[in-house]
Amino acid sequence: MRIIQFNDIVNAVATLCLKAAYDLPPDVMGGMKDARARERSERGCAFLDQCIENANIAAAERMPICQDTGFAVYFIEMGEDVRVGGGSIYDAVNAGTARGYTEGYLRKSIVTDPLFKRRNTGDNTPAVIHLELVPGDRLSILLAPKGGGSENMSALKMFPPSAGREGVVEFVVDAVTRAGGNPCPPTIVGVGIGGTFEKVAYLAKKALLRPLGQPHPEELYAALERELLEKINASNVGPQGLGGDTTALAVHIEYFPCHIASLPVAVNLNCHAARHDRVVL
Amino acid sequence: MSKVLNIRMPLSDAAVETMTAGTQVLLSGVIYTARDAAHKRLCELIARGEKLPFDLNGGALYFVGPSPARPGRVIGSAGPTTSYRMDAYSPTLMEHAGLKAMIGKGNRSRAVVDAMIRYKCVYLAAAGGAAALIAKCITACEVVCYEDLGPEAVHRLEVKDLPLIVAIDCHGRNLYENPEIQ
Repeated sequence: MRIIQFNDIVNAVATLCLKAAYDLPPDVMGGMKDARARERSERGCAFLDQCIENANIAAAERMPICQDTGFAVYFIEMGEDVRVGGGSIYDAVNAGTARGYTEGYLRKSIVTDPLFKRRNTGDNTPAVIHLELVPGDRLSILLAPKGGGSENMSALKMFPPSAGREGVVEFVVDAVTRAGGNPCPPTIVGVGIGGTFEKVAYLAKKALLRPLGQPHPEELYAALERELLEKINASNVGPQGLGGDTTALAVHIEYFPCHIASLPVAVNLNCHAARHDRVVL
Repeated sequence: MSKVLNIRMPLSDAAVETMTAGTQVLLSGVIYTARDAAHKRLCELIARGEKLPFDLNGGALYFVGPSPARPGRVIGSAGPTTSYRMDAYSPTLMEHAGLKAMIGKGNRSRAVVDAMIRYKCVYLAAAGGAAALIAKCITACEVVCYEDLGPEAVHRLEVKDLPLIVAIDCHGRNLYENPEIQ
């Protein structure tokens, strides 16, 4: 059994919050530059240039890439041989989130109950924490801060199996096209297929975390990703929703076995400020 | 994409008329921030026949909740939030408070566009997600009201050459629906 101290997790998480907010990951920056080279709309090119310049300013001046520094969503893989010394993993991650968002001048965007009080919690907690037990004695913490504008454009549908590949394509392309300029295109499109109602939403979010443009390992799904990206980018939604070739930078699909009666499909969009970072303890 | 207009706040109807869909604008002067929660409060004041805590006549609302300023800085990052969430409130502010310009991102409802035509108001798109870049154009920032809302408080901003695109003009021409407008 390996013991990782509570405070070491708090410190690591606080640092992770800052890095994620200030530094656009290199794969996303690369995707933006590739898109800029291909884009034919003059307005679209000007916007992509602004986004690239913005990421450079944010990194150099330690400013948030986007003022919406998001809901702190964590994907944690905790080794079965790890124990947290001096507290729970959930408390440690929330304490690190509060410290990172406060000390890093990040925006606090979380309100208490969603319907009645809607009072700001003041430190961006609670975080959303997905915890998975894995073999070993390591603790891997991945943070993907999620902005509200793109999250609001999510879609989920429980199809009958007869809808098939065609039904999935139509649903995903429609969701991205109808979102228009709202989610800050060019987006990364996370698609979950299969599982259950709650599992498919998780898959769609998890799909956003794959390195940008890395295809699905199975060719049938990789081909579906290519077809979806081509159709989405033919929609002329474009950068900022003002027309052009680059509506999405990538489509990532994750799937899970499903019930004989079901074909669940979920779409989760990430804005072009697709922030994520990982620390392994 | 050729025209660039230098526009100074506050706006007259004649100035609003010059801002046609597709035009690039560099905006300077005083503007106010407001998001969902502040819009709700402002419209509640109007419904009760009370005075607004700041003068919106000829003014502009920027839909933004900035991140906090570091010591010695004017403001944190300050890009636009998605505008459709303000659709329920914008026509009231045009009719009763003299709102002449809105700054945000994403398309607006038919009801908002109809009100923009009726009351001569323009909708300007800021670069969504380019929040550190936009912050460079903000030269002063202070909270005007609703401080309890945190990032959703109303701020008075002074901006210099804030880069915007006219997304929907006061004749209802809409760049989101017709991106080919130049």
